[in-house]
Amino acid sequence: MNLLLEILSIPLVQTILKIVFMIMLFAMPLGTLMTLMERKWSAMVQDRVGPNRANVGSFRGHGLAHIAADGLKSIFKEDTMPEGSDRFLYLIAPFFGLIAGVSVFAIVPIAAPIGSFTFQITDIEPGLLFIFAITSLSVYGAVLAGASSNSKFALLGGTRASAQMISYEVFMGLALMGIFMVYGSTRVSEIVDGQNAYWFGSLIPKWGILTQPLGFLLFTTALVAETKRAPFDAPEGESEIVAGYFLEYSGMRWSAFMLAEYVAIVGVAALVTTLFFGGYHVPWLHLWESAPEWLVRVLQFAKFTAFVVFFCWFQIQLRWTVPKFRFDQTMALGWKKLLPLSLANTVATAAVILIFV
Amino acid sequence: MIVFFYLFALISLILALGVLVFKNPIHSALSLVGTFFCLAAIYVMLNAEFVAVIQVLVYAGAIMVLFLFVLMLLSTKDNDQYALKLNVSRGLAVAITGVLMIQVLTAFMDPTLRFGEPGAYPVERIQEIGSIALIGQLLFTEFVLPFEVISILLLVAVIGAVIIAKRRVP
Amino acid sequence: MIPISHVLVLSALLFSIGVLGVMLRRNVIVVFMSIELMLNAVNLSFVGFARTMDDMTGVIFIFFIIVVAAAEAVVGLSIILSIYRTRKTLNIDEFNLLKW
Repeated sequence: MNLLLEILSIPLVQTILKIVFMIMLFAMPLGTLMTLMERKWSAMVQDRVGPNRANVGSFRGHGLAHIAADGLKSIFKEDTMPEGSDRFLYLIAPFFGLIAGVSVFAIVPIAAPIGSFTFQITDIEPGLLFIFAITSLSVYGAVLAGASSNSKFALLGGTRASAQMISYEVFMGLALMGIFMVYGSTRVSEIVDGQNAYWFGSLIPKWGILTQPLGFLLFTTALVAETKRAPFDAPEGESEIVAGYFLEYSGMRWSAFMLAEYVAIVGVAALVTTLFFGGYHVPWLHLWESAPEWLVRVLQFAKFTAFVVFFCWFQIQLRWTVPKFRFDQTMALGWKKLLPLSLANTVATAAVILIFV
Repeated sequence: MIVFFYLFALISLILALGVLVFKNPIHSALSLVGTFFCLAAIYVMLNAEFVAVIQVLVYAGAIMVLFLFVLMLLSTKDNDQYALKLNVSRGLAVAITGVLMIQVLTAFMDPTLRFGEPGAYPVERIQEIGSIALIGQLLFTEFVLPFEVISILLLVAVIGAVIIAKRRVP
Repeated sequence: MIPISHVLVLSALLFSIGVLGVMLRRNVIVVFMSIELMLNAVNLSFVGFARTMDDMTGVIFIFFIIVVAAAEAVVGLSIILSIYRTRKTLNIDEFNLLKW
């Protein structure tokens, strides 16, 4: 028992455990659940029943068995490779997006620290800039898949993806400048703690959405565009270029693209929760002074997870509600409307801080 | 720590050679991205985390994606005409580069290499202020003129790129 | 602590590879990439000096270099695009007219 505690107190062991927990028990399960959630919710939007046929014995669980069935199906499917494709790039391309999607969870805290133990894999100083750097790499998956497939449609999809993602990255960073200024840090833990303050005594929590409402809209738009989902799904463009950059893929590699998309959705939800909705902080919990420490942590984790699930649902709802943009509309929206807006937001925030604070 | 430095240095050199020898420009570009990553890792070891992040963000995330974008727009199947070929004049170029390199290397390896007085920002001081805060302060005080000039350069580049790449309507 | 001379040697080697790339490769985009490699080699030596001298000027300089590199890539690539439209080649030896 003592030996176990000793091993658990080694920082490296703690970090590995945190990584295993965040990825294997949080991001990946939520991501795989999302595949079913999306099919079920789209069915509800369109007044259908949705997938419910797969069964394990007599267990159907409203389509829950479909997750396992889909996984098995893609494992046993033939892994095709188009003629004249660039072998090496074609094989590695699907995993770029997955790595980028998972990396977001390296800096997201899920509960308040106990002593020196943090519920966060790492708290580096340029925390959010690290996230920008990593998400900007997810474009390589689409670009390499498009370039290596030896297919016109895939190439078009890859070109569109690269153009769209560079454009939306520009003001993704700019949209967060307001948050950096308001909370005075790029360190994620400090931004989260900054949102634990209140206006008017303890009436309204200083959440990011209240201090930076425009920043929230811009950042969420940019992140949704980065995941290449509707309404920004021109790189996949079903009605024009079949499936875009992953057109030629099949089997497990196709699933890797899909899983990357759904893990990215969970990542977006976690980031939005952390930056604009107080992260793990449960509002007004400090009023209950006699709360036991473990219960506080459990409540914080529950609040965080609830918000993450809500924003996952929000993105699904967005996809099945909003009509898609044409590609030139996507680019025009980014450069001509959202970029000036985020610049204006930065300047206005700076002016307000300079004059009133 | 120092072992990792040599590891990343070796990988970055191999990948940089890859840029030189790969026939397919897309492979060259990827190899260059790998080099940038190794350099970012070395920056972290040299206590310049912010530079490392900016390196990945700007070079790997933006500039190289732009290169790949152009490569895909202009995709040519015939890469053989661009392959590495040697003739007399190029051999001469290699020789001159080699001489230059040896010259520089001997200067760097010189054990009598001396530096001036240490500056005002040792690692502890940087960590105390916060490297991002410190860079921000310096950019807007000591280096404010170059900062403004470089922002104008960026604006000019953006406008220039739009004008050049635009199709001329007759 | 990493010895400064080793950092500088790595920087010099990378720079030489970049120079070779500019002189030996014929694809104009790869030539461009070699220039980026040279800029990065210089960045590396700046970081090395900044650490050894306990000074921030080197780090600040890198930001300016990165901005210049970005501006250069944008303008250069757009020039390559417009040349490719008229000449249909990326071979730098065939860019032998001043005006198209």
